[in-house]
Amino acid sequence: MDGVHDMGGMHGFGRVDPASDSPYHEQWEARVHAISTALAAPGGGRFALESLSPEVYLASSYYERWLQARINTLVAHGYITQQELDVTLDRYRQDPAARLPADDPARYKTALAETGSRGQKDVESVDPVARFGTGDQVLVKTTHPKGHTRLPRYVRGKPGKVIRVYRAQGFQDGEPMSDHTGTQPMYAVWFDGLELWGDHAEANSSVVLDMWEAYLQ
Amino acid sequence: MIEDPGVLTKALEALLVEKGLITSERIDELVKSYEEDIGPLRGAQVVARAWSDADYRKRLLEDGRSAVAEFGYIDPHGAELVAVENTEQVHNMVVCTLCSCYPWSVLGLPPAWYKSFAYRSRAVSEPRSVLEEFGLRLPETTEIRVWDSNSDIRYMVLPQRPSGTESMEEKQLAELVTRDSMIGVATIESSNLESA
Repeated sequence: MDGVHDMGGMHGFGRVDPASDSPYHEQWEARVHAISTALAAPGGGRFALESLSPEVYLASSYYERWLQARINTLVAHGYITQQELDVTLDRYRQDPAARLPADDPARYKTALAETGSRGQKDVESVDPVARFGTGDQVLVKTTHPKGHTRLPRYVRGKPGKVIRVYRAQGFQDGEPMSDHTGTQPMYAVWFDGLELWGDHAEANSSVVLDMWEAYLQ
Repeated sequence: MIEDPGVLTKALEALLVEKGLITSERIDELVKSYEEDIGPLRGAQVVARAWSDADYRKRLLEDGRSAVAEFGYIDPHGAELVAVENTEQVHNMVVCTLCSCYPWSVLGLPPAWYKSFAYRSRAVSEPRSVLEEFGLRLPETTEIRVWDSNSDIRYMVLPQRPSGTESMEEKQLAELVTRDSMIGVATIESSNLESA
């Protein structure tokens, strides 16, 4: 989807601050990160992030976006309800020092195994044949998809050159809850800055993007 | 935007523990590993070996995932890792304009600026200006090549070995290699050699 997350080439965000260096600002951020990694529930993380409203996306910190997107996905797929979360939240608001419930390792193990087997179903075992080779000139498709995509706006319709052919990779566009919608040839495609930014390109600059074959004409 | 994200995180963790979808033990373990075990020292060891051992350098550039696995550094999701080599002709830098993909199996967690809207929006369109904000000015004869990590492939930069280090051992070399040089917003000369 063409949301505000697709930031390549946007103006208005100011200078980069190299002094803003720490991975985390607060302890809860590390736990949000860990929860996302450890969770025994299917993915959809990136699509959930992109689906946050532009106002929320831009006003939230990085891990606030992760937290909100994760909650939205869990609620949308029935793993938790908003009401359950509100009740639990009230409990900890009244007593922030209250202990966490006891772990249930056996149940967690079962849930992890279920999630793992679901993720594997869609992956094809045979590598498809690549249409392009190193050095080939290619053109990126023009498109405006409502679903998940990893094709940034700034490169659509642009000519580029294949500089590497990778092992085939699981294609992720379209279905938001499936991590893979088939396996496709994958290329590193080089774009001249002049093709992307015209007269505004900085001298002698280029961009390389990973291109699933479906992105190329 | 969220009123009290710390309490909300605790409530979410509690609910997920109750439902058996996570365990706090696993969360503690992961937090500890992010903080203590996984960091840019890994990438620095890889770079130092590539500088010292021509065969290793070749393996790293051909198949980064297998080459870093020789150190035991393995991405749990099995992501490809591609090392791109800086030369006099080409200076590489890495960004993720769509989110914040980062080669964390070798560099640890990304710094806050890597995730900032300013870096994500401008690295592809104004790379020279961004590099100048990091104090790095490169000649126009050097191509600035920006790798936008838009798939599950992860990129790290193999920086140029600084001159004057010919007699150094692998271990000493690793101490020179900075995280920023492996993201491509610094060279080793620009960041670290003076203080070493």
